[in-house]
Amino acid sequence: MPAETRCESGIKEMVEGIVAETGSARSDLIPILLRISTECSYISEEAIRQLSSCLRLPESEIFAVATFYHMLLTQAHGRHIVQFCESAPCHVAGGREIFQALKDLLGLKPGETSQDDRWTLFTTSCLGVCGIGPVVMVDTDIYGHVLPEQLPAILENYR
Amino acid sequence: MSPTSESLEMLKHIRQQAQASSATNAPVENVEIVVGMGTVGIAAGARQTLHAILSYIEKNKLENICVRQTGNLGIDSFEPVVLVLVPHQERVTYVKVTPEIADLIMEKHVQHGEVVREYVNKE
Amino acid sequence: MSIIRSLVLISHDPESKLLGSEAIFAAFIEQLHHYDLQDEVSVSYATDIGQSAASPLVIIYPEAVIYGPIKPEDVPHIVEEHLYKGRIVEEKRAPTKGLSGKVAWLPVRKGSNPAENRIVLRNIGVIDPESIEDSLNQNGYEGLAIALTMSPEDVIKVISASGLRGRGGAGFPTGMKWGFVRKATGAKKYVICNADESEPGTFKDRMILEGDPQSIIEAMLIAGYAIGASEGYIYIRGEYQLAIERITKAIQQAQKIGFLGEGILGSSFNFTLHLHSGAGAYVCGEETALLESIEGKRGEPRTRPPYPTTQGLFQKPTLINNVETLANVPAILRNGAAWYHGFGTESSPGTKVYTMLGNVNVTGLVEVPMGITLREVVSIYARGMKKAPLKFAQTGGSSGSIIPASLQDTPMDFDSYRTAGLSLGSGALLICDDENCIVDIVKVLTNFFRVECCGKCAPCRVGTQRMYTTMTRITEGKGKMGDLEELELISDTLTNISNCGLGETAGTPVRDMLKHFRAEVEAHIKLGICPTGICPMVAEVPEFV
Repeated sequence: MPAETRCESGIKEMVEGIVAETGSARSDLIPILLRISTECSYISEEAIRQLSSCLRLPESEIFAVATFYHMLLTQAHGRHIVQFCESAPCHVAGGREIFQALKDLLGLKPGETSQDDRWTLFTTSCLGVCGIGPVVMVDTDIYGHVLPEQLPAILENYR
Repeated sequence: MSPTSESLEMLKHIRQQAQASSATNAPVENVEIVVGMGTVGIAAGARQTLHAILSYIEKNKLENICVRQTGNLGIDSFEPVVLVLVPHQERVTYVKVTPEIADLIMEKHVQHGEVVREYVNKE
Repeated sequence: MSIIRSLVLISHDPESKLLGSEAIFAAFIEQLHHYDLQDEVSVSYATDIGQSAASPLVIIYPEAVIYGPIKPEDVPHIVEEHLYKGRIVEEKRAPTKGLSGKVAWLPVRKGSNPAENRIVLRNIGVIDPESIEDSLNQNGYEGLAIALTMSPEDVIKVISASGLRGRGGAGFPTGMKWGFVRKATGAKKYVICNADESEPGTFKDRMILEGDPQSIIEAMLIAGYAIGASEGYIYIRGEYQLAIERITKAIQQAQKIGFLGEGILGSSFNFTLHLHSGAGAYVCGEETALLESIEGKRGEPRTRPPYPTTQGLFQKPTLINNVETLANVPAILRNGAAWYHGFGTESSPGTKVYTMLGNVNVTGLVEVPMGITLREVVSIYARGMKKAPLKFAQTGGSSGSIIPASLQDTPMDFDSYRTAGLSLGSGALLICDDENCIVDIVKVLTNFFRVECCGKCAPCRVGTQRMYTTMTRITEGKGKMGDLEELELISDTLTNISNCGLGETAGTPVRDMLKHFRAEVEAHIKLGICPTGICPMVAEVPEFV
């Protein structure tokens, strides 16, 4: 069963499954949330509710943790996430132009999702690949030495 | 917890066992090709380069070649980096190796022993 | 593109000055033009080469040849032979024994950058990181085996004697920290490797984790044995997927051989190692926030005291070391404390890994002895500036210092930098040429803190946001002179009353900007122009992230 339908139909089973594999101690909370976020693409309210009864933790407590970390997404987003590094090293290496080109090309501002649900644009802090900046990350693929004219070809790989 | 001198003996034993199966300890007659496969190398296209090298070897049925990976060599602006180590010769560091350049290196350097100067890192 | 292939350093201490170092400098410039080498060879003064009977000294890199004593009339011969024909002038070499002082003697190593000296990055690029056999062939786990023949107290003594200091930025003596945890009461203790490397521009730890993961496991075992801990955590930044994969594999391999588990190498020492992935939060690099995060909470820094060395993870005594610090440990055990003192300066022995970024010809990583200067890093390892001359460099990610070109000859070690009012930080060197606008860069840096602030304490939560809006206003041409006083006040307040290191250092870029580049900032405000033409100087449509 594809991940998304699995998430929709049986959130309860999925959360219980992940908790059984990862553990139910307080220190397992972040690993559990990371897995839910990857498998369902984001952590829904329903998932938090189920997790709350599994771990016997207040929903507010889980929500507080989930919203603290950048990699834990608590809102639905497009099929592909484009992340642009806005830290100083990429900025100096020509990041300004890339970011403008990226915003124009996608027609999005940071945090927005395109109407066809294909893209969500985020800015990110340093990804640690500054030696080949400016850097653009699409889903889990990192592209270095990016030039504005290369952006269309890069995005074309993601449908 | 008591201090022991057995530990050194034991490590020696473990190391002897490990040597048998290590790639860096392969027979000296082998040509070694090392591809830098850190995050930076991969982001710059090292996987495609590695793929090109492997398919060249397969296509031309080359033998006695050891292809292996290593971490980031520290010259990020020159990634992807490929090292070619021919026995009894100095190691050659190739930089900005695209799949096309990799084919060229395989043909000229690895098959015919001719270093492809224009892509060598000038240190 | 001009690439500097050689660097000539001329000693410029008072004694050398008396003996004509300025005439020597002039002679080099003249002779280089004579041979048309002016674009290939850079000539600089070095402020502190150390007293020697051979003054004035001339050092030529990358060969690291030291000539002395040199008179202006010797220069034509040296330029012709050494720089033009590439032959070392043996009869003019300085007697090496008479040398003392702060410049480290750098042996040239084949196959690596000129004069680079690798301790931490020794195996990287040599071994297959996914093969423990490769690591064992390069003396892997020998440091652990040696440590296990000693008493835990003696291991701490070796680390203390080596003078190793924390490479995370603060430079705290590592041996002393180990001693604190050893002496702390409690049966259960933890070792943590802080691999939450998130300072912008820093990726040395990732390179070590990806390239030589076994060395970190070995170092954590040594630390665990020394402080009396049987459990450890590696906290890796969630974004570092490849590093996480490689450490996971490395732990499995080490378990299989028996380096992790019970009765390690025939001793009675037991150790278990866990990997904990972060989930994207810069503040978790702060050690108490990191502890909260492992415990499954929001990564908000704790109030100290108590310090982690007495009440850390799950309220137990905990040792937290940075990746680069740990990577030095096996080599020190293998070669001894005295060997380690052979690198770097007296108070900061060993090497430092720098990431070189920005407007230079070569970007990447380099490991050099403590105490070399920014000028040397730029001209030798980064092979010179790409287009325009150096304006400033920023060390250690967002919270580091801004070093103007006028301070580029300060030796890079913990104490020299502290004396000069600078901070070495995490080892990132963002090297900027004079086409960059200081106001624009500092705006980007303040944005980083605004985004990454955890929000727990008010000075940081309000102050970082306020600094960013003020900086943005200046780049839009709407700054007021009063803004500068306000920025100064905010940055001082942040340093004085913030709860953790993030807030304490968040004001550094702004303070350094006002200290070294005040005229440029004032031009934005008083004249309404950006001298480099980068800032828009008009209001942009606001973007809320």
